[in-house]
Amino acid sequence: MLKQLVPAVRMTVLLTVLTGLVYPSVVTGLCQLFFRTQANGSLIMKDGQVIGSSLLGQNFTKPEYFHPRPSAAGNDGYDPTASQGSNLGPTSQKLYDRVKAAAAQFRKENPDYTGPIPADALTASGSGLDPEITVANAEIQATRVAKARGLSTSHVEHLIASLTQDRDLGFLGEPRVNVLKLNLELDNQFTKR
Amino acid sequence: MTQNGILQIAVYFLIILAIAKPMGVFMANLFEGRKTLLHPALRPLEKFIYRLIGIDETTEQRWTQYTAALLAFSIFSFLFVYLLQRLQGILPLNPQGFGAGQVTPDLAFNTAVSFVTNTNWQSYSGESTLSYLVQMAALTVQNFASAAAGIAVAIALTRGFARQQVNSLGNFWVDLTRGIVYILLPISLVAALILCSQGVIQNFHAYTVAKTVEGAKQVIAQGPVASQEAIKMLGTNGGGFFGANSAHPFENPTPLINLFQMFLIFVIPAGLTYTFGVMVGDRRQGWTLFSACAAMFLIGAFACYWAEQKGNPTLAKLGVETNATSTQMGGNMEGKETRFGIAASALFATVTTDASCGAVNGMHDSYTPLGGLVPLFNIQTGEVIFGGVGAGLYGILLYAIVAVFIAGLMVGRTPEYVGKKIEQKEVKMAMIALVATAFSILVFAAISSIIPFASPTKDAKGQPVAHSYWNPPGPATANLNNSGAHGFSELLYAYTSGTGNNGSAFQGINTNTPWYNLTMGLAMLIGRFLFLIPLLAAAGALANKRKVAETLGTLPTHGPLFVSLLVGTVILVGALTFFPALALGPIVEHYLMQDGKLFSLLLFPIWS
Repeated sequence: MLKQLVPAVRMTVLLTVLTGLVYPSVVTGLCQLFFRTQANGSLIMKDGQVIGSSLLGQNFTKPEYFHPRPSAAGNDGYDPTASQGSNLGPTSQKLYDRVKAAAAQFRKENPDYTGPIPADALTASGSGLDPEITVANAEIQATRVAKARGLSTSHVEHLIASLTQDRDLGFLGEPRVNVLKLNLELDNQFTKR
Repeated sequence: MTQNGILQIAVYFLIILAIAKPMGVFMANLFEGRKTLLHPALRPLEKFIYRLIGIDETTEQRWTQYTAALLAFSIFSFLFVYLLQRLQGILPLNPQGFGAGQVTPDLAFNTAVSFVTNTNWQSYSGESTLSYLVQMAALTVQNFASAAAGIAVAIALTRGFARQQVNSLGNFWVDLTRGIVYILLPISLVAALILCSQGVIQNFHAYTVAKTVEGAKQVIAQGPVASQEAIKMLGTNGGGFFGANSAHPFENPTPLINLFQMFLIFVIPAGLTYTFGVMVGDRRQGWTLFSACAAMFLIGAFACYWAEQKGNPTLAKLGVETNATSTQMGGNMEGKETRFGIAASALFATVTTDASCGAVNGMHDSYTPLGGLVPLFNIQTGEVIFGGVGAGLYGILLYAIVAVFIAGLMVGRTPEYVGKKIEQKEVKMAMIALVATAFSILVFAAISSIIPFASPTKDAKGQPVAHSYWNPPGPATANLNNSGAHGFSELLYAYTSGTGNNGSAFQGINTNTPWYNLTMGLAMLIGRFLFLIPLLAAAGALANKRKVAETLGTLPTHGPLFVSLLVGTVILVGALTFFPALALGPIVEHYLMQDGKLFSLLLFPIWS
């Protein structure tokens, strides 16, 4: 055992330099060189101010915007310094109550829709930062958004269709709509009433 | 289950099937000292490392020296990670100004053990606890080191079967170095760039303050994520940069990257089954191990997917759509990301617990009872379904020893495996490993289920003082986020994950207290070293033996019959050991959920 102590110490130090400092620094250098936007968080700027990241969800509550999924990250949701899910199990009273309240809220906000509500609209994501919602969820909200902005529903639906991202390579994951991009595009194309 | 979901699982499996052989051949060449295509570029670095640490690459070690080297290395790694965490406040690369206050001694102990044992259980949330320096120089380093150590042990055990009448198993320092220089570093480097190109961040900036569209303030966490993410998956470590792990869009931004991350988890373990075949001189033996793993993997993946897609009947009654349609995925979406949906989440949960990875792309705590049972049982059977890097191979070889032993008892012959007689010592060593891990999971979970902590006492002025260093006063189960059967599952999962060196969690449980940090730390140490040392001892004994010729009476250890025997052994041993505990957790919860039963968090009596 004693004979192995010297190599053990040296190896620990050496690996710290090689894999702990050199490796991440090289990766950082290359990423900053080739993939600058992605490496820095895919940030979206408006008038010289960062307004968010296209990869991270943020809260929207006004009727003229599409609303993201419920979030368990931080006290108010969508806090990137406290990413997490609700961690409530399927037999949790707390989960049941939360979903029930969210369903009531969803029905109140979207009174024209009476069918079953898409699961993503009522459940909290794993990260609490889910930037996307399902197409079904977006289509239901389209009526409300159109009304709040004084637009025809078909206009808004058209916008959803143009921003819908299909499954990767046609079969991986799920089709989805990025809420922040959709809302920015709305503001961009149609002025708020 | 949708056609598209089934297709995702099938395509993933075919990719792993295709990579197993080339990867396996490459690693066999590497560890048998032959030249590989990376040698021209990397051989100088390898030689440079030997010179610096002062070892001779041609010297071989007996199993005792090999083990001593591994232990010495682990101990120093532990001390180093512990100190770096405690000192992060005075060290550089710390733009958020985290200090020792964020990392208490018990947390630092837990985290150091966790990363050195390849567990990567995290009692903390990275973005609010650790400096960039600690994430890189302590944690990323251990992601490499613990993974390479696992590969080394698997190779040493394989040599035990492959060699005959020798004392030595190879040289730990050489195996460790080769694993890092030729396998882990180059693949990680390429993988990190691929990850970053799709949106995984990689920078040293302070957190960005954004003003959202509706005018709120949003602080966006940053950091060198891609470099850690690559080795986190490749080394089946699983410790995320952020609390939400691979569910976080900065760690795992797209379904394509999700597939790539799952590929990284299995690429080395699947390859090692083939490496085993090459090194023992009978490739069918490797394919047999691969087939057994593949069968168990597919059963688990489809079972988990089925359960998750069925969703939660209680929520369905509230008007939640649980059937999949063309524009939404239905199922149980609590704790899952929209971009992954049900199939890619269930598959990830299965893969990460088949291997000892423990990264999660959705919250296992919110899975349906049967969907959550799959990961739990995967870990309890020892993560041998391809398994962790190295750990998977030596785990499945342990079961192979048990399987031929059982078969030997049935026909009354001395069992043999790949030409080596399996005798008392090997079987004893295998049993020590199995019993130690089962003991750790069940006993720690049982203790935490019932142990109470001191009630507050009164100080001189008659004011109550909370008097428990170990855990807040009250029962240890007060740290759970769920009650009823699910609460017990949370606790069982924690010690299962710790002992299995997995690191995934039913994350609702708060384990950042001295009691949990310490007991979880012990569970991780037992799961790593009381598993791996007996196997190295067995390897030492095996290497000494002569190979016996195959006769008509030899039980063939390849082909469908042995695959069934091996799968049967894994499932049976797991079921016999853990069924009572599982019955109290996920199984009973399943029936309660069907019945619409709900549980509120119990408020425990506050002593006065």
